[in-house]
Amino acid sequence: MIHRSSPYSEAARDGMHNACLQKSLRNLQARYGKGALDIWQSLPDPGLRHRVKARRMQTLAHLDQLLALLAEGVEAQGGQVYFAATAEDANRYVRDLARKHGVRRVVKGKSMLSAEIGIDAVLAADGIEVIETDLGEFIVQIAGSSASHIIAPCIHMDRQQIGRLFADRLGIPYSDDPPTLTRAARKALREKMLTADMGLTGCNLACAETGQISLVSNEGNIRMATTMPKLHVALMGMERIAATLDDQRQLLQLLTRGAALQKLSTYVSFLGGPRREGDPDGPEAFHLVIIDNGRSRILADPDFREVLACIRCGACLNICPVYGRIGGHAYHSPYSGPIGAVITPLLQGINRHADLCRGETLYGACRDICPVDNDLPRMLAALRHKLAYGDPAWQVRPHNRLEALGFALWQRSISNSWIYEMLLRVVRALQRPFVNPQGVLDPLPGLKGGWTEGRDLPPLAAVSFRERWRTTLGRGRAQVPARSHKEQHHDA
Amino acid sequence: MSRPTTVTLFIQCLVDALFPEVGEAMVRIFDRLAIPLTYPENQTCCGQPAYTCGYRHEAASAARRFIDLFEQAEVIVCPSGSCVAMVRHHYPELLKHDPVMHQRALAVGSKTFELSEYLADVLGLTDLGATFPGAATYHDSCHLARTLGIREQPRRLLRHVRQLQLVEMANSDTCCGFGGAFSTNYPEISVALVDDKIDHIVESGAETVVGCDAGCLMNIRGRMTRRGIDIRVMHLAQVLAGGERV
Repeated sequence: MIHRSSPYSEAARDGMHNACLQKSLRNLQARYGKGALDIWQSLPDPGLRHRVKARRMQTLAHLDQLLALLAEGVEAQGGQVYFAATAEDANRYVRDLARKHGVRRVVKGKSMLSAEIGIDAVLAADGIEVIETDLGEFIVQIAGSSASHIIAPCIHMDRQQIGRLFADRLGIPYSDDPPTLTRAARKALREKMLTADMGLTGCNLACAETGQISLVSNEGNIRMATTMPKLHVALMGMERIAATLDDQRQLLQLLTRGAALQKLSTYVSFLGGPRREGDPDGPEAFHLVIIDNGRSRILADPDFREVLACIRCGACLNICPVYGRIGGHAYHSPYSGPIGAVITPLLQGINRHADLCRGETLYGACRDICPVDNDLPRMLAALRHKLAYGDPAWQVRPHNRLEALGFALWQRSISNSWIYEMLLRVVRALQRPFVNPQGVLDPLPGLKGGWTEGRDLPPLAAVSFRERWRTTLGRGRAQVPARSHKEQHHDA
Repeated sequence: MSRPTTVTLFIQCLVDALFPEVGEAMVRIFDRLAIPLTYPENQTCCGQPAYTCGYRHEAASAARRFIDLFEQAEVIVCPSGSCVAMVRHHYPELLKHDPVMHQRALAVGSKTFELSEYLADVLGLTDLGATFPGAATYHDSCHLARTLGIREQPRRLLRHVRQLQLVEMANSDTCCGFGGAFSTNYPEISVALVDDKIDHIVESGAETVVGCDAGCLMNIRGRMTRRGIDIRVMHLAQVLAGGERV
């Protein structure tokens, strides 16, 4: 059993045995998963999601022009734009900026992309202190852990654990009272904000028409991180753009509903350049880093293009039964849950993340809950197709040659009903010694061991349906002229 | 819609080999309705396991074979939501590069129905005259509920079964954790999911859990007996036919 010792299965097991995580995930899914579905079902405009998706796909089809327009707009407002082809390219640009401005301390807004490119380690290597200011991200950062949910990073920790962590790392007396803990974090973070040289954020959604990026938050920390330091750098995935202000408005409303059942988040910031004459605050310099890092390849593949429509609301995590059991760390990526299972292999390697492609039931609730109507199960099936045979265009090797051989033989056996029936009879004869008095099979070694470890497996029936039809059920029925099928092998 | 002269039975491999009583129950239902039946004896597997694991050449080969075998049928009825979803939705996708086969796939898909869908929607039946005593809860299988959108039809049929009290479990449409090869590739996750499902079944107070896909039922029952829980697990066809254990 190759999979049972994989990092995915190991981390999944840890997640399933983490009582605190299990409790949090149940609450999360009961509230936010069901809540988002209810919102979509009661939208006054039921066609909204489909229309927004269509606009999103249209936007992606004209992405080059829209990004150019965005860059023009930002530059016209005095900001600077850098297009980074890779994570390394983006990291180098930000590090060089930090060096140029003599940055010693960076305060961050919550950004999955910053984790994707690994900027923190690059800045830390330069001796720069990097501090997360989103409360959840701050907690996982000082815990030396990583986010386990796109929107709720520290969902794997409870307030007792956070209380002990704060007592240890912030030097406050132990408390598990949320307001006390929040105040302690706020005090620690305020000091960092006031003395930071750079604010580093993501970008929820840019708007080509206005030349601005937008950031949504509920804590207000992003406002401070983007206005107090003299330098603001925003990292943006190249697909996170709306053509018009109206598109952007609709998308932001879907984002906050999908993420937190909110009509609008507490704060929505629109930013596009450094402070202007007469502005009460704002950075002296604004840099927008637009990052590809594998997205162009996704854009070029019609099977996967739609995944770029994703606005990272995290709603699919709140409904997925697999995520709901194993938690986010099993995905070994900043992107967990169903969206992570599709985007992580596409960005980081399909073979490397084969378990993510194969470790779902193709249940389909992620499709129902997606605000932009993404068909994640379809894309998971397409990823498995690549793993089955390999695909040079994506540098994918066949994942499991034994399995491939198995399916080739299976195809032969189902192509001829005589062979098929013979095989069933052979299995029926072979299984006899394993059928126990309860009428189920004893735990089996090998392939079916995965099943019998936790579940009983029924044996093949003594008389199959086709045999029953032939001997009794089908007897005496009027003959219906049916086209006789020539037994032959169809080669695909 | 007027009744067709003949229903062609599509008895998926799992029912053929492991749960032939489900196929027999289906035969009894149609016999009671005096609907003529035929069963192409050359049928094997629709190809879903290969499709789900990514082996599309093998799945397409199964699709071509199925279409050859079944395309003369007036209507095709199958006791499985996932096999019907395979034929109706994935066959045209698998064969999209061959315009002739694609059309043939669409034609076969349009006359392939899941059992409850056929009884409730096509024949417009609600009461099949069945009797089955006790409280029963219904498990929505993924492809039936989400791909085919069939949620009400099985419930409507169950509500008209005499002496049967339909009780809803929490999260009836959450996956049972079967997922085909998923259940053997990731057994611990799969068992965790079916445990959740079983807990909800137990909490519902039902004495019987009814479903429309043998894969889910095998998974649920296999875990229940291992946990020592004595709740009957039955296919809808068996309840509608009168009722015996899966």
